[in-house]
Amino acid sequence: MNRFLQTRAGTWTGFAAAALVLFGLAPLLLSGFRLGLLAQFLCYAVVAVGIGLAWGRGGMLTLGQGVFFGMGAYLMAMHLKTADAEFRGGPGAVPDFMELAGIRELPAYWAPFSSPAFTIAAILVLPTAFAVLLGLAVFKRRVKGAYFAILSQALAGAFAILLIGQQSLGGFNGLSRFRYFFGFTLADPVNQRMLYFIAAGVLLSVVAVALQLRRSRYGELLVAVRDAEERVRFLGYDAANVKVVAYAVAALFASVAGAVFVPIVGIISPASIGIVPSIMFILGVAIGGRASLVGPVVGALAVAWAQTALSEQFPSAWTYAQGLLFVLVIALLPGGIASIASVARRFPTKRTQVEAAA
Amino acid sequence: MNIALSCKDIVVEFDGFRAVDGVDLELARGEVHFLIGPNGAGKTTLVDAVTGLAKYTGSVVKDGEELRGRKVHHIARKGIGRTFQTATVFEALTVAQNLDIAAGAGRSPWTLLRRRRHLPPHVRATMERIGLGDRADTPAGALAHGQKQWLEIGMLLVGDADVLLLDEPIAGMGHDERETTGRLLHDIAADRAVAVVEHDMDFMRAFASRVTVLHAGAVLASGSVDEVSGDPRVQEVYLGTAKEPADAATA
Repeated sequence: MNRFLQTRAGTWTGFAAAALVLFGLAPLLLSGFRLGLLAQFLCYAVVAVGIGLAWGRGGMLTLGQGVFFGMGAYLMAMHLKTADAEFRGGPGAVPDFMELAGIRELPAYWAPFSSPAFTIAAILVLPTAFAVLLGLAVFKRRVKGAYFAILSQALAGAFAILLIGQQSLGGFNGLSRFRYFFGFTLADPVNQRMLYFIAAGVLLSVVAVALQLRRSRYGELLVAVRDAEERVRFLGYDAANVKVVAYAVAALFASVAGAVFVPIVGIISPASIGIVPSIMFILGVAIGGRASLVGPVVGALAVAWAQTALSEQFPSAWTYAQGLLFVLVIALLPGGIASIASVARRFPTKRTQVEAAA
Repeated sequence: MNIALSCKDIVVEFDGFRAVDGVDLELARGEVHFLIGPNGAGKTTLVDAVTGLAKYTGSVVKDGEELRGRKVHHIARKGIGRTFQTATVFEALTVAQNLDIAAGAGRSPWTLLRRRRHLPPHVRATMERIGLGDRADTPAGALAHGQKQWLEIGMLLVGDADVLLLDEPIAGMGHDERETTGRLLHDIAADRAVAVVEHDMDFMRAFASRVTVLHAGAVLASGSVDEVSGDPRVQEVYLGTAKEPADAATA
């Protein structure tokens, strides 16, 4: 099975099956509300694919993906707010939350976001460029391991605090109550379904990019850097650049996920991008299996689904269940859900060996 | 002599302690040059300095170019390859992948982002040369200890290093593996300069074209095996008595 999936035909089969589930089965079986939830989870899965690349393949424990997720989300939200305002009050109109905060004029840095093209370009370029600069600064100085993890987590915390202080970005409440998405009414169920399809399409593309990166020579090099960075350097590579690429790609994925997340969920606030959400992203990847391709996707979906299901039933139990799940996976299944098959395969052979010895 | 690498007056200082204290060393193509000396003599530190890992004063010149102050990966690109005391290979990757990475430091981003269709011919040839021709798809982590050392040497060969600095390449090897390694070293030294940091005196006697003895960070003696073995100062500080050096050194 695994070997088949490695072949070209196997890859296409895998993608076809995933597409069938995401584009055929799920919209058929799920109610509009559930489909909306799934769309939201798919955004988390997109972030997870990036973390799988940076952490699972590249060894960079990125505890701060909320930063890039938040950047993409806020950039998109700014466009939605300006577009809504223009629709109501013409060009240069001030979004509703600013009026409430007493801001009479559109701040200069908001103005370009009335352009959809500019917004999309910004979502693709700004977080990635930030990740490249940050990555160069950090990896060239050979900051790695726990130090890098703490640094990235601190960054997520700082970013959330910074946003809380920005009245022109909605402060603590963030940005919400969007009406239109590139001209489409967000209240319309058909358009909500379209957003789900966008999220599903983004996830499939992101997985395809990650797959190509894993199978390319770069993917081999990235694993080499993860396992023996010094050796790679002594072979004539600048290991920092290798890491920066994976880090930037993970940032790009997170940013796109954030941008798609905003119209689906209808709100973005500092609470969904700080330290706790960043750790949630990591949790899903760890549980799913960070080094595998689909592991992070499965893990992110499973954790998000479990969180929703459990907190519907027992609102306070989720935190404990989450901690327990994490401990169990780290202790019993370090390779995550994705490694269950290989672990199960090893198990019976071990037993027969023991029996043979006895 | 065809000098590949020349080091002049290398001094490496750690907090006032001179681990390497004014070493001059020339490595010639066609020679297997052994660096020997007691523990703490500065052998590995010297290799660290040349390859850019340790800061030093003095000068290291290869092909007319000064290498002091260059970054580790720049020095490696200049054709200076090294191995480590414990074989460092990419354990999660196969033998072929290990060698392919080692051969690719000059690859363009475009090549890197595509899948490897087939192994470059010189990579395959090297794989045969280091005796791993039938292990192409074996994960490097599953190789025997000695095979990992060969793989690491192979990685320097495919990377076109013409100065090889090998840190204890036969550590932990059995008798046959040592012989094979020794012959391999002479084979690859035909058009390269090979320096070997080693403790094993029998191995040194069997395969050294030239020997430099380091003691307390300085060069004590340099020359052929016979010249060095006959040097009374060497016998005093390192070999103990002239007759029973091998056991003392390998222990």
